[in-house]
Amino acid sequence: MASAAETTPKWSRRRRFTWRRAGQGAVPYALVAPVVVVMGAILGYPLYSLVRIALDRYGLTELIQHKGVYIGLKNFGSVLHDSVFWHTLLRTIVFAATNVGLTMVIGTLLALLLVRISTWVRVLLTAGLVLVWSMPPVVAVQVWNWMINSENGVLNYILTELHFGNYFQHNWMQTPLSQLGMVTTLIVWGALPFVVITVYAALSQVPRELVEAAEIDGARSWRVFLDVTVPVITPVLLILTSLSILWDFGVFTQAYLLIGQPHITSANYLMGIYLFEQGYVNANFGLGAAISILMLVIVAAMSVVYVRRMLRIGDVT
Amino acid sequence: MSVRNARRNAWNVVGVAIFVVMIFPVFWMVSTAFKSDDQINALTPTWFPLHPTLKHFRDALAKPYFWDDVKNSVIVVLVTVTIAMVLAFLAAVALSKYRFTGRKLFIVLVIGVQMLPGAGLIIPLYVVLARYHEVNTLTGVILVYLTGVLPFSVWTLPGFILGIPKDLEEAAMVDGSTRLGAFARILLPLVAPGLVATSVFAFITSWNEYIFARVLLNDGSKQTITVWLSYFLGTSRETDWGALMAASTLTAIPVVVFFLLIQRRIAFGLTAGAVRG
Repeated sequence: MASAAETTPKWSRRRRFTWRRAGQGAVPYALVAPVVVVMGAILGYPLYSLVRIALDRYGLTELIQHKGVYIGLKNFGSVLHDSVFWHTLLRTIVFAATNVGLTMVIGTLLALLLVRISTWVRVLLTAGLVLVWSMPPVVAVQVWNWMINSENGVLNYILTELHFGNYFQHNWMQTPLSQLGMVTTLIVWGALPFVVITVYAALSQVPRELVEAAEIDGARSWRVFLDVTVPVITPVLLILTSLSILWDFGVFTQAYLLIGQPHITSANYLMGIYLFEQGYVNANFGLGAAISILMLVIVAAMSVVYVRRMLRIGDVT
Repeated sequence: MSVRNARRNAWNVVGVAIFVVMIFPVFWMVSTAFKSDDQINALTPTWFPLHPTLKHFRDALAKPYFWDDVKNSVIVVLVTVTIAMVLAFLAAVALSKYRFTGRKLFIVLVIGVQMLPGAGLIIPLYVVLARYHEVNTLTGVILVYLTGVLPFSVWTLPGFILGIPKDLEEAAMVDGSTRLGAFARILLPLVAPGLVATSVFAFITSWNEYIFARVLLNDGSKQTITVWLSYFLGTSRETDWGALMAASTLTAIPVVVFFLLIQRRIAFGLTAGAVRG
């Protein structure tokens, strides 16, 4: 190699060197390329179409002809002037905030409980949580339907037996508030395992010596909790909260199936259902696209915090 | 009996109570599935099946399209997971073993894409797939599922690859292997557990998916098992709760089995793994 390097002119050596580098440098791009191409085709292109459709009149006729009629910002105009959109947005925000609040508070309390109980109870509770975690949403909805049915649902029976009042043949699907309340119980129940197990994993990262040192120094237990435990689990809580906000804002399956399509009205719309009904069921794809874009923009704004946080963690390595 | 012990026992009681509340819906589903109709329709519920019967399972299996739709779900899930794992593994190698211009942008896109709510994508994916006549085909559903499963896998896998000691890989290269050879012989077997965990997670996501399957697939024989289950009640006034709970149990079983298999790795993949990526 050395003799070859001596005999070849300087420029040639340098060129060979860069050629080699260029070859090596292309490797990561070649590895990433398939994902980029596929995602571009199956997501990038539809997102581009989304913008196009939102500016079109795009109904069933246009769907068959594969071509919309350009109408500018009219779809956005009619959505933003529709009081149903604003009511739905407000309802969805309140709904998501309630679900996230309940999930995070109960989830954190249960994780703290896991630290305090004997091993056999912890194993039992963790196993139960994993089982709940693994229930497909559609299955959970059907179980809820059975448990809360007004004729002989077990929920009414238990509530009556426990003297919470007379729930004999109580219909939980009577008012939008009660309907969405039931959807909340379903979602919080399904979301708890992930939160509890993740927060518990974070809690086990709290250095034992630190807690003991603080206790020896005479710190009261809640002080230890605030000064030692909370700082360690805060990053995990933030990530979980942001994820929950995004998920609960975009809820569809549980609400749509538990309330049941015949009972879906503008009085109980959530954002996902509103756009499904307006865009897909009524075959007004242009209007649906406009709602989708508004929804995606809201979610994108909310997820900036999360993405930045994940990136910072990724940078550490 | 110290105060400490008494306090622990009190917490244990709370823990068991919460276990009972959390597990109850699952218990109620399975218990109902084995009960006789008389017991199910009684005004006062009873906790356990008095005369366990398999009748409801037979009824559920005899419903039209059950086996068709199970087969569809299996096809969709297997194809989605296979494609996602191959493509995501390549990208994960690039992310964990190379620094390159655009790496950060790529990561931002991968995380960002995962934040998009599925409901917001119904319209564009439906319209585009209709344009290419992929509505009411399993191909269309597979493509849609890839939009979710692929970024998730790209995001999770690097965490598992980074866990492999660099020395091992270098040792393989010193032995005269090319970089590619080192990957194939050393990296692949070591990454296998991570690939399994990620693909099981992808399996579960695709098996459970509902909205897109509902929107894209119209024929009873072409649907997936979740859509089949959602239509189970039909329009009849009389509800066959026993068969519904048996069908629900059957739908949940594959997920429960896989979930229990990778339970430890999930927590790892989502916290430690993802965070290290």
